[in-house]
Amino acid sequence: MRLTGAQALIKSLEMQGTEVMFGLPGGAILPVYDPIIDSSIRHILVRHEQGAGHMAEGYALATGRPGVAIVTSGPGATNIVTPLANAYMDSTPLVVISGQVATSSIGSDAFQECDITGVTMGITKHNWLVTDPADLPRTVAAAFHVATTGRPGPVLIDVPKDVSQGSMEWYWPESIADLDLPGYNPVTVGDPALIRRAAELLLTAERPVIYAGGGILKAQAYDALLELAERTGIPVVTTLMARGAFPDSHPLCLGMPGMHGNYTAVTAMQRSDLLIALGSRFDDRVTGRVDAFAPEAKVIHVDIDPAELGKVRRPDVGVAGDCRLVIEAMLEALDGLGLGGRGASGSNGNSPAGSAASARPDLAPWWGRIHRWQEDFPYHYEQSDGGAIKPQMVVETLRDLSPVDTVVASGVGQHQMWASQYWRYDYPRTWINSGGAGTMGFSVPAAIGAKVGRPDRTVWAIDGDGCFQMTAQELVTASAEQIPVKVAILNNAYLGMVRQWQEMFYEERYSEVYLSPDLPDYVKWAEAMGCVGLRCESPEEVAPAVEKANAIDDRPVVIDFRTDAFEKVFPMVPAGASNDGIVVHPSQEDRPR
Amino acid sequence: MSITELHVASPEPVRHHILSVLVENKAGVLARVAGLFSRRGFNIFSLTVAPTDDERFSRITMVVDVESAPLEQIVNQLDKLINVVTISQLAPHEAVERELLLATVAVGPAERSQVIELVGVFGAQVVNVGLARLTVMLAGRPEKLDDFERLLEDYELVELQRSGRVALPKLDRPTGAPAGLPA
Ligand SMILES: Cc1ncc(C[n+]2csc(CCOP(=O)(O)OP(=O)(O)O)c2C)c(N)n1
Ligand SMILES: [Mg+2]
Repeated sequence: MRLTGAQALIKSLEMQGTEVMFGLPGGAILPVYDPIIDSSIRHILVRHEQGAGHMAEGYALATGRPGVAIVTSGPGATNIVTPLANAYMDSTPLVVISGQVATSSIGSDAFQECDITGVTMGITKHNWLVTDPADLPRTVAAAFHVATTGRPGPVLIDVPKDVSQGSMEWYWPESIADLDLPGYNPVTVGDPALIRRAAELLLTAERPVIYAGGGILKAQAYDALLELAERTGIPVVTTLMARGAFPDSHPLCLGMPGMHGNYTAVTAMQRSDLLIALGSRFDDRVTGRVDAFAPEAKVIHVDIDPAELGKVRRPDVGVAGDCRLVIEAMLEALDGLGLGGRGASGSNGNSPAGSAASARPDLAPWWGRIHRWQEDFPYHYEQSDGGAIKPQMVVETLRDLSPVDTVVASGVGQHQMWASQYWRYDYPRTWINSGGAGTMGFSVPAAIGAKVGRPDRTVWAIDGDGCFQMTAQELVTASAEQIPVKVAILNNAYLGMVRQWQEMFYEERYSEVYLSPDLPDYVKWAEAMGCVGLRCESPEEVAPAVEKANAIDDRPVVIDFRTDAFEKVFPMVPAGASNDGIVVHPSQEDRPR
Repeated sequence: MSITELHVASPEPVRHHILSVLVENKAGVLARVAGLFSRRGFNIFSLTVAPTDDERFSRITMVVDVESAPLEQIVNQLDKLINVVTISQLAPHEAVERELLLATVAVGPAERSQVIELVGVFGAQVVNVGLARLTVMLAGRPEKLDDFERLLEDYELVELQRSGRVALPKLDRPTGAPAGLPA
């Protein structure tokens, strides 16, 4: 069967099971847009290519399937550079197709030419410049394989116009061996000897903590993690990338560690004698000053990327492998060591006499300390009647009045931290945010992508006023495509996170952080974009507005919550400081640590 | 690059390690490797690229600075590049290393014979002769090249180039002990 390159490209995407792609056409990608008319793939026409990229990310994070975006050459391609960098930092599987000038023009500074494979080399897992239409099916199959296996990540396929206009004889690669990837062999199964050593180490710890990262979600290891935690009775912290990977309402869950983490999560890690890092990468926002991080802890580190083992902290046992497979193997090893069955919860009661597990230290003293921290240093804010709306109260109200499996997508800043702290994430893939890159403007398009992937779910974007202004135009896309997302703007009239740093570390010298609460008029703007626009100016208006928004399901809704501009995020570990220097809410300062 | 800079960049025995990297012969491969090193702050002392007997692959031999980053980290990051097929690590004492040096020296009548004498002592070659210049060549162990280069500096060096090293693992001796000289 003879196909044009463009037809082969779209057919290849269909073969990969692509149900939706986000994009915007232009000259160099025009040939590819023609067969889209006849394709089963839904195309969502964005208003800016950055939106296409973040939508594809939101889709991927909500569904676990790769997100697909398609853009033209030059400015179309550079507009999606930020989402690629974002997806690279957060290991999100993304396949971006970009148009390119004809191969004969490459290098001539042709109209809308940009060396996008060169630009994105350092922020993609891999990229391809296709020079022959016959390579297209193989390249698409390779791109999906690379994006979704091993440590997932974004890839880009650059397709020159003469390649999409050319013709080829259709084929589809039969197996991975046909993908021409001789240098790509991701590890999956961990070394059994190392896994056994990890299990033995786990049984000797008096103050263990499971440090669960985004890898748990990528590997779909949540059930395995739950079993490991319940069987061993070890507390679990979930990083910003792992919120929802272990249920917040589980008694073993200590919440989020890191710069704005829960006091208990941060401190338990600091005092721990064994950190079991599962799909986490010792990010600087988690460790604080690295040489002062968890000074007494031995480390078990499980990661699918061997380069993460020892990159920041040298592990005592480092296992390269898929989190789910390694945790399952660890559970088997624990069986062999006498710690079988569920419900052991830190007691050695049902371990056979003489087994390694029967000699295991009692975790009760450790839990005693943890419970005291939880009691003394919970997240805290003070909402006064008639006072300004506290942003944390908005998050709690949203949480309480929305379905339990609501998907939350956030922007970057204070509101992101409150959305992570005050929501209760009990299900995997319900928390969608920009962790590694911290990309303002992520939330609206990511929420749209998530809603496209999970139309059955309520999707709330919890956004900042600054962030909202960066990508709000995608609500036009949402209205036009009937994607009824809901947006809560925590409008504090400031680039609040930057304002907080200037208040705390620059002697309240506020430089270029004021935005104004009513410029733009968010309600009118929302209405102009085909959404319902609501505004809340006092605490008692919050719940009715949320209820109203939750009842609307035929169009997007935006609520402008006028929140207290002076509220700060606590706790806080100042940048570069040790986690021991964690600053708690002012009302908790006098409590003995 | 000036000659003094070359000196600064010449590796101390303890600091460097040799990586022999088999890569796919695809457009942009070298840029990917170089980009990775600059992005991650790894230093390279030298790098050579050449085709192999299989036209699908090329071999990059690089001398990396293991003080800029742990060797294991460099290897693991490099291994993540999709076009990198295999990486062999060669500790300096386990490797046969060779490098090529070409130098053009300005010589008056008096210096000409001194330089030719030096060439003889080192087993180098005069490969080009001009009116008041000589171009000499030396292939050998990098340290030998260092010595030769230092002695040439007594003369007026017009230009000096070194190829960067290539290396292969040392062979086992028939007796079972690791092979010594000639290496
Ligand atoms: C694209 C981008 N530019 C700048 C920053 C730096 N930055 C981090 S948080 C923040 C303020 C965000 O303001 P807003 O969206 O209003 O959120 P708030 O902190 O007020 O909740 C800024 C400017 C960033 N993370 N991303
Ligand atoms: Mg703000």
